Amino acid sequence: MKIQHQWVAFYTILRKEVTRFLRIWVQTLIPPVITMGLYFVIFGHLIGERIGQMGGFDYMSFVVPGLVMMAVINNSYANVVSSFFSAKFHRSIEELLVSPTPSHIILLGYVAGGILRGLAVGAIVTFVSTFFTNFIIENPLLTILVIFLTSALFSVAGLINAIFANSFDDISIIPTFLLTPLTYFGGVFYSISLLPEFWQGVSQLNPILYMVNAFRFGFLGVSDVNVGLAIGGIAGMLVIAYIFAWYLLHKGRKLRS
Amino acid sequence: MTIQSTALSIRALSKVYGNGKAALSGVDLDVMPGDFFALLGPNGAGKSTIIGIISSLVRKTSGSVSIFGHDIDANFSVAKQHLGVVPQEFNFSVFEKVQQIVVNQAGFYGVPRKEALQTTDQLLHQLNLWDKRNEPARNLSGGMKRRLMIARALVHKPKLLILDEPTAGVDIELRRSMWEFLTEINQAGTTIILTTHYLEEAENLCRNVAIINKGEIIENTSVKNLLKQLNREVFVLDVRDELMACPEVENYQLRLRDAHSLEVEVEKGKPLNDLFAQLAAKNVAVVSMRNKVNRLEELFVTLVKNHEKRDGAGGRV
Repeated sequence: MKIQHQWVAFYTILRKEVTRFLRIWVQTLIPPVITMGLYFVIFGHLIGERIGQMGGFDYMSFVVPGLVMMAVINNSYANVVSSFFSAKFHRSIEELLVSPTPSHIILLGYVAGGILRGLAVGAIVTFVSTFFTNFIIENPLLTILVIFLTSALFSVAGLINAIFANSFDDISIIPTFLLTPLTYFGGVFYSISLLPEFWQGVSQLNPILYMVNAFRFGFLGVSDVNVGLAIGGIAGMLVIAYIFAWYLLHKGRKLRS
Repeated sequence: MTIQSTALSIRALSKVYGNGKAALSGVDLDVMPGDFFALLGPNGAGKSTIIGIISSLVRKTSGSVSIFGHDIDANFSVAKQHLGVVPQEFNFSVFEKVQQIVVNQAGFYGVPRKEALQTTDQLLHQLNLWDKRNEPARNLSGGMKRRLMIARALVHKPKLLILDEPTAGVDIELRRSMWEFLTEINQAGTTIILTTHYLEEAENLCRNVAIINKGEIIENTSVKNLLKQLNREVFVLDVRDELMACPEVENYQLRLRDAHSLEVEVEKGKPLNDLFAQLAAKNVAVVSMRNKVNRLEELFVTLVKNHEKRDGAGGRV
């Protein structure tokens, strides 16, 4: 397939994905805003005022980057896992499988869709947070780089989950039992410097800690982890996950009989 | 016959599923460009497996498949550009709009959006779906969904169209209009391969036919040649006046079906003039005549039975 034809195929998948999440905006764009708005009110405003400072900032400013990152992670993952699994379940994925679209374009198209939803939700949540606190983004380029890499990583992870899933239950197991606990223990609401040394060490095994802190560093200029190591780690995981997802698609694992 | 001269060339194609079931056992098949070809066989014979392999939804165990000279493994992209597939089961997103489904499919083949919209509009008009273009696919009737899948398969203008039981569950009127449409696009140059349970469909539409049973091609010839294999035919004669008994005629075995119809079995090719003359002499006026059964259906059943007998008698053919 020529490069210009691949571009058309990529654009078609991306357009289809964006149309899908915009068509069901009440399910895709509004719930994260409501949830994060509640976090801002309860944790940031009501409880946060009693907590005082965290990492040198008032608590509301401290939690905003973590909550934005949490929304981006959840929505990038949810977009791809539900869209790809639905296509598999209804067999409309065959529209792509019978076409000459190469596996890497299918992967890129779905991941780009997940990134766009993640970024859209991230932008809306950031906008909502401005009603609760004032902040200046310290390092916009770093912030964009971290959010882009993280949403790409979780979009790819969502696609891998969808490939292996046999039922709709299977696509909710990872978010419920893995992503949510890792995110909550990933330094969204607190600095790990508050934890005893042992639990600080355990927390450092949590990849989401690095994403949240790298993003917070871009926002506020403070981090519990080495930011260079964090970005390198996210990029490394993205490359590995991407190659694995491409391999699964190329081999037609759970897609071709 | 070279691979380049064929629309579809299948060589020694085998498929063994993970559960050990052999769905195809060394299938060889050639379909010529411009042909209207029927692939017939009972349920589970391997028709859908062949289509699945051609369209790459099923992985073959061994063998090769070429579409217009392009091997589906070595030249995946070009081979697929030439192929359009209408599967047996509906496989589109029921939440998407009709027009979107067709336009998106064109995009997956690299057709620019502007061109895809034009072709889609044309196909939706031809297949009487234009009024439904902005409806989600779930609102369509069964017949409309089938036509949508045909529009989707044709939007990138393939040279080879494969339809897996396209008229299953479709009412007679719609079936006839789909036949007309398929005949038109075949006459315009598209090679068509059809699997069907309606043997009348194969007899009316197709020039060549292959019969598959238990994963093996047991007959591959023209429809005309296949029908020549039938050496006897049974006709039903409708008569104008009420008959009290079966008239006796020489050289023909007549049977009284009811007071207004007779049945006669004759050797294929034997003239019927003498029969009509004898009946006229006995004041029996024949007002119409028809075949008792679908001839191809009769032959199909015979071939499959013979194959299974040979199979059961020791070793496959």
